[in-house]
Amino acid sequence: MALSSALPAEQYNYDIVRKFTIMAMVWAVLGMSVGVYIASELAWPFLNYDIPQLTFGRLRPVHTTLVIFGFGGSALFATSYYVVQRTCQARLAFPWLAEFTFWGWTGGVALGALTYVSGITQGREYAEFEWPLDIAITLVWVSYFAVYVETLRRRSQPHIYVANWFYLAFILAVALLHIFNNLAVPVSLTKSYSLFSGVQDAMTQWWYGHNAVGFFLTAAFLGMMYYFVPKQAGRPVYSYRLSIIHFWALIFLYMWAGGHHLHWTSLPDWVSTLAATFSIILLMPSWGGMINGIMTLSGAWDKLRSDPIMMFLIVSLSFYGMSTFEGPLMSLKSVNALSHYTDWTVGHVHSGALGWVAMVSFGSLYHLIPRLWETRMYSEKLIYVHFWLATIGIVLYITSLWVAGIGQGLMLRSFDDYGNLAYTFIETVEFMHTPYVWRALGGAFFVAGVLVMVYNMAMTLRTAGRVPVLDEEARLAARLAKA
Amino acid sequence: MRHEHIETNSGLMILLILAVISIGGLVEIVPLFYINETVEKVEGVRPNTPLEVRGRDLYLREGCYLCHSQQIRPFRDEWLRYGHYSLAAESQYDHPFQWGSKRTGPDLARLGGKYSDQWHVQHLKAPRSVVPQSIMPNYPWLLTTKLDYSDVADRMRALRATGVPYSVTQAEYEANVKKFGQTVADQLDISQAEANLLKEARDKNFDGIAGQVTEMEALVAYLQSLGTMVNFSQYNDDEFVKFR
Repeated sequence: MALSSALPAEQYNYDIVRKFTIMAMVWAVLGMSVGVYIASELAWPFLNYDIPQLTFGRLRPVHTTLVIFGFGGSALFATSYYVVQRTCQARLAFPWLAEFTFWGWTGGVALGALTYVSGITQGREYAEFEWPLDIAITLVWVSYFAVYVETLRRRSQPHIYVANWFYLAFILAVALLHIFNNLAVPVSLTKSYSLFSGVQDAMTQWWYGHNAVGFFLTAAFLGMMYYFVPKQAGRPVYSYRLSIIHFWALIFLYMWAGGHHLHWTSLPDWVSTLAATFSIILLMPSWGGMINGIMTLSGAWDKLRSDPIMMFLIVSLSFYGMSTFEGPLMSLKSVNALSHYTDWTVGHVHSGALGWVAMVSFGSLYHLIPRLWETRMYSEKLIYVHFWLATIGIVLYITSLWVAGIGQGLMLRSFDDYGNLAYTFIETVEFMHTPYVWRALGGAFFVAGVLVMVYNMAMTLRTAGRVPVLDEEARLAARLAKA
Repeated sequence: MRHEHIETNSGLMILLILAVISIGGLVEIVPLFYINETVEKVEGVRPNTPLEVRGRDLYLREGCYLCHSQQIRPFRDEWLRYGHYSLAAESQYDHPFQWGSKRTGPDLARLGGKYSDQWHVQHLKAPRSVVPQSIMPNYPWLLTTKLDYSDVADRMRALRATGVPYSVTQAEYEANVKKFGQTVADQLDISQAEANLLKEARDKNFDGIAGQVTEMEALVAYLQSLGTMVNFSQYNDDEFVKFR
């Protein structure tokens, strides 16, 4: 018993994966709770309480940073370190450097949140970190790259498994985006001015912003999907050829699409037309990934009835498919004229962030936790509870923001019989109150689900090592042998 | 080349990924620095005064850009609601740009001169006292916090390093006189930054409190400057179309 539990720990470095897994859940609770709070501020502005640190403008970057870089980033570090070891059958290289990525990343995210509430910010969406933190993050990222690539090089398999292609593209692209978008001239430790201005700065920022979505929140999570969906389904990836085509197409096309955030602005038309064109084409590789993931379940569809982890993974792919259809739609100039600047965009982002990113992470972490702590999940029923709380939450969230966004867009462009504007701006704000209440409620459902997961995980960790290990892989092999 | 070569060689895979992800940015961003028509030739756009520089810093500090855009699109409803569509030239000195991506509140690109200073002070202190349905936070501390302008010259020097024509040498000053006229050129002289800031605050007294320079003073100065620099009556309606 003692020997069998010591073996896997010796073969692979799970300690770093466990640390990032725990931090992913910590950031999820904090970041999503801040999200519900600022959503409530929009419905009930008294919640700003005249306290600078609590106002929407300062808390919003805290929310986005904690969920994207805190929760999403930690989930990616955890799963990528796990996947690269398992698929290369090699122990993680440079353990001390991997340890540095953990403390550096965790510290960077925490300091970022503290600086934002103090009003220290670059004023660039999703890149609010001031320059000293940007440099620290760059160091962490270079270390991550070194650990990852060196582990790849030490693989005992000739082939690099597809999940690693995506993680690798994510690491490279994020480095490129982060460096160019944060070029700035410092005034002091806490203040800098961006090197570029106006139209060039806008395009650089949205090249970064859109590809933060494309690589941080898409390519990397596809890497996660390519390991955990086949693993959980006990089936090989549906199509190897499809994975090659959609991988290269996806990473090529994404980099062109950022300009669709700047339709009808002072950005020259040629850039925004080009960006819209590539955004439409991007639908194909996006759906290539979705199809490859969902079809991996063919022959094992019954798991959708019996396995709540599979439900998380497949629903996440469905939301991925939906939001990568909605995205190209919104990148059309005529649709964008209505949707841009409204809550439709916010709803779209959340159908991707909650529906795809968070759900695929939850599914993967539920798969991972028993293996990392060599035990069983405390309660399968609670995974179902989490699944339904999350799904109801997302549906409430995105439908209420469709109402708010499309409603506001239509009101702002309507005219009366005399050709005057039919509504003042403030009338649209009044209209949005009800959808804002529902949106906050949807967010609360989602956070409730996360709290259920944290409880389930905490109870699981208490029993770590005390429950006989359920060797699912052995069971599965036995079942396959019988079939 | 068979894909097998790539997926069995991590170095080759890294190189190919880098090549593939670089193309989009190279084609779409780099030309923006070289194509002359990207930024319109237009008179009147000047860098911010020292007081406006500090006001803009506060605009960033409070995260105003998360609810307000500064970018008017060429649509009839936006024309009626906000005014002439935004020109690239109007944000050419904006480091970083503040076009925004969400209008939880209205666009601010042409806010300058629309309301009185007094209205702005009251609205920032307690938005619902002037617009009852507003969901904007109150910013009472702007009126009670003294503006820190000790490093305003450093800030202008950093902006100068990014390319904003604030002047240090006599030659730069004279170039500014030629380009913007003497009044503006004086404001852009970094050696006079603090004196200029205090003078503007004293003369215009945006916050309504005589003898004190509050953060409100700087922020209102900045808001009152937004979108006021180009005199559109000088230009034909289709003057700017050729730049788009």
